[in-house]
Amino acid sequence: MSTNSIYELYQTMERNHAMISFKGVVTADILGSVLKIIELKLEHIEKSAKTRKKVYSVLVECLQNLYHHNEFEMKATGDMDSITNNTSVLCISNPDDYYEIKTGNFVNIKKADELKKKIEDINKLDKNGLRDMYKMVLNEGQFSNKGTAGLGLIDIAKKSGNKLEFSFIPYDENFSFFCLNVKIN
Amino acid sequence: MENIRLNGTPKTPSVSFNFENGIIELRGRSIPENSVEFYTPLNDWIELYGKSPQPVTTFDVKLEYFNTSSSKCLLDIFKLLKDIHGNGTDVRINWYFEKDDEDMEEAGEDYQAIIPLPFKMIEVEEI
Repeated sequence: MSTNSIYELYQTMERNHAMISFKGVVTADILGSVLKIIELKLEHIEKSAKTRKKVYSVLVECLQNLYHHNEFEMKATGDMDSITNNTSVLCISNPDDYYEIKTGNFVNIKKADELKKKIEDINKLDKNGLRDMYKMVLNEGQFSNKGTAGLGLIDIAKKSGNKLEFSFIPYDENFSFFCLNVKIN
Repeated sequence: MENIRLNGTPKTPSVSFNFENGIIELRGRSIPENSVEFYTPLNDWIELYGKSPQPVTTFDVKLEYFNTSSSKCLLDIFKLLKDIHGNGTDVRINWYFEKDDEDMEEAGEDYQAIIPLPFKMIEVEEI
């Protein structure tokens, strides 16, 4: 990597109005730090308390998805490739009069189809439909062994007020890279 | 029985569960990665309290943010309170939300729709 590419990296982030970019393993400490940085930035740049809250709430769920769903963990058996790949990517930006939270993480291929279907179902619903779905999962769902409640993506869609943009990039025979883009107006 | 008093942290709410006056309160933000771990002792307290409750039990929910795993834990608290409601105590829920925070107001309404307990929605300038 030539040093010139540092400037390219800067320009790319500047062009995208990046507020924070991160690649690595999302630990509890990092999660807390990112929230703190974004909260401070939002206080400066965002006048609407309502929008500040929405961005913050959506970010909490996005970060916790990355924290809990680090599928590569299972693969990390001391093999350097697995360990270095045991990471997620996150970019929060403010391109115009809206915010974008982009996340990327590895998911097991077997789970990818399930996840895809879940997001497609979520994207079919309007605000009231999402509220009903949230209530149903809240009331009938059980905690997973990770302590997650299956509500994160529904909540993200409900609070963002936009459809979830997503894709799955094939990685190898076991994993796909799950890309999620959430827009908040 | 012992009261619970916990100071808030960036990820967990301040907690005041008071046996003498029957007022239990959560205030601040509840966004821990492991909500179950945080809420289990609170649930245990309510179960014990339910054995000899005050005539009136008030649950003040003054949350600014909560994550989805906390929303499930909150539902569990409401369910425990529903079980003791009418069994020696009248349970009242005060759901606080900040002005213009529709998401928090709706969350309160959603709990109200699921749990048959008297909810009072209280709009405030700041929590």
